[in-house]
Amino acid sequence: MAVGTAKIKSAGAAQSPMLGIAMFSPAVLYIVLLIGAPFCMAIFYAFSDARIGSNQLHFVGLENFRSILQSPSFRQAIKNSVIFTICAQIIVLVCSNILSIALEKPFRGRGFVRFLILLPWVAPVSLGTIGWKWILDSIYSVITWLLIWLGFVNRFTPPMWLGEEKLAMASVILVHCWRLIPFSTVILLAGRTAIPKEIPEAASIDGAGFWRTLFQINLPMMVPILSVAVLFGTIFTFTDMTVVYILTNGGPYDSTQTLPNLAFSQGIQGSDLAAGAAISVFLVPVLILIAYGMLRVAHRAEVN
Amino acid sequence: MAVVETRKLTKVFKQGELGAVNEVDLIIREGEFLVFLGPSGSGKTTLLRMISGLEHPTSGEILIGGKVVNDLTPRERRIAMVFQSYALYPHLSVYNNIVFPLKAQKVPKNLHKEKVEWAASLLGISGLLQRKPRELSGGERQRVALARAIVREPAVFLLDEPLSNLDAKLRLSAREELERFHRRVGTTTIYVTHDQVEAMAMGDRIMVLNKGVVRQLGTPKEVYDDPADTFVATFLGSPPMNLIEYGDITIGFRPEHFRLAEDVKETDKVPFKFRVENVEYLGAEFILSGLLVGGKADGKKVIARLLLGHSYEVGVTYDFAVPQQQLKYFDTATQKKVPARAIAWQ
Repeated sequence: MAVGTAKIKSAGAAQSPMLGIAMFSPAVLYIVLLIGAPFCMAIFYAFSDARIGSNQLHFVGLENFRSILQSPSFRQAIKNSVIFTICAQIIVLVCSNILSIALEKPFRGRGFVRFLILLPWVAPVSLGTIGWKWILDSIYSVITWLLIWLGFVNRFTPPMWLGEEKLAMASVILVHCWRLIPFSTVILLAGRTAIPKEIPEAASIDGAGFWRTLFQINLPMMVPILSVAVLFGTIFTFTDMTVVYILTNGGPYDSTQTLPNLAFSQGIQGSDLAAGAAISVFLVPVLILIAYGMLRVAHRAEVN
Repeated sequence: MAVVETRKLTKVFKQGELGAVNEVDLIIREGEFLVFLGPSGSGKTTLLRMISGLEHPTSGEILIGGKVVNDLTPRERRIAMVFQSYALYPHLSVYNNIVFPLKAQKVPKNLHKEKVEWAASLLGISGLLQRKPRELSGGERQRVALARAIVREPAVFLLDEPLSNLDAKLRLSAREELERFHRRVGTTTIYVTHDQVEAMAMGDRIMVLNKGVVRQLGTPKEVYDDPADTFVATFLGSPPMNLIEYGDITIGFRPEHFRLAEDVKETDKVPFKFRVENVEYLGAEFILSGLLVGGKADGKKVIARLLLGHSYEVGVTYDFAVPQQQLKYFDTATQKKVPARAIAWQ
């Protein structure tokens, strides 16, 4: 019997390395070719003077970083990226919390409502954003039309949702929120259902009301999953260029410029590959630090 | 201290279905330790949750201290509850767990420390206040849950199977501790369990429930010695009461009353021939199972529980007997207790 098992085991062991390699090689290939290689090239270009259409390539050290740091567009883009990310995250957290509380208890049509809420996440970002571009259009905006009809704004000086600096920033944040809320809601809903139901019950017997239960019991217990939601949301917002590219392309006057969009416009559209690479690589260390911090918070909370 | 009362209390979860709890009338006396005993699905936890305010009754009334509390929230009922899982707040230290109800009920801050220390010392957990629940053993968690319940000095204590998560050895000592604790604080307590030994050991009175209906309410002695129906008769006692059908009447007797005829001192006794089929030696006693031989009860399976002293062989038929006064009589159709009557045994 023992011999038999040993034989089977060794046969399995002889088979499994090949099988294992075969199973994970597509993933490795994908990561290496489509993420790893471009990433290494970007780092390489960031220290060079690569330009589109030029076959000359010289190592220039930190020259690209020095020059982008001096550019007002770049500084504006960093500031905007941070503002967009933080504002969007705060709004998303509040809204998805409210939604997850509302969707937790069963009611008629809950499945359908959950489906509707998830839709923005399923739709391609570019299509959704084009939809928003129309909603926020300077002439055809349905929001403006509604506000005029309700008497809130004057029909001769309607708000330019994408043409005024403050409004354009608000519009970009709004679209980011619209895109991230479904994802965040689903994650928070999972976190909420993972709390044993006796714990909020014990809190209600102990005399805690809705707010105390929410802020002292439920949310602290959801810290691991909250930090995952925030981490993903932060990275999605920080690295996204679709929304800004389609809505405003960074304008007006760089007021909604973000790093990914700036990298694209300088590196690809402006042919300065090296500057584009330097811009896009610039934030990698920051993002790594954020991710590390969030994962530590999640881990600590989980252990507790 | 308040007395709890329920009037025709009913809970129906799905319309058209049988109620989880059906028209329960109950008066709990001051300072009493009352046990709700029943198998799973008997409605005992639902009943407790209605008293706590976590579940809203479909109909009927709940009174605490003579006041109808149906529409009051749990916090307004001045009750404390210990859950089966203890439901400690995992992210809070023991101190913060115990102080939570005081904060929630807006007890003045300067009293917090004193009250927490009082509750902790009452349960012998003063040394654990800075720990997190995950760093505690099962028994310690239970004590923290009790401390969190006692700290607000509630009118009524509700305990939902608080011992079932402990291992067998710990359960016994935790049980004794709970009894001592109740004697000391004297708070009216409702205790839910499916364990008849716990119920017998701890309860001042036991309410036996099955399928949402109260089968019997009485002292442990009453429900054990004088069961109201065959359900109570077989649910209490291990091994359960032997039941033998004689047409429209069912006779019951406890395994410990079924002994060798020569050992039965009472003169008024009913003799049986008993063929032993299986012998279990449990150290302090034997559990014999076998069949009755001859008479109307021929072939009926019964169990005997005997002290050591004799030895018994499988396959041998012995002369056994039951004292007449230990026989219980039930109506075969309704399963309810009926008065004793003469039986033609042969």
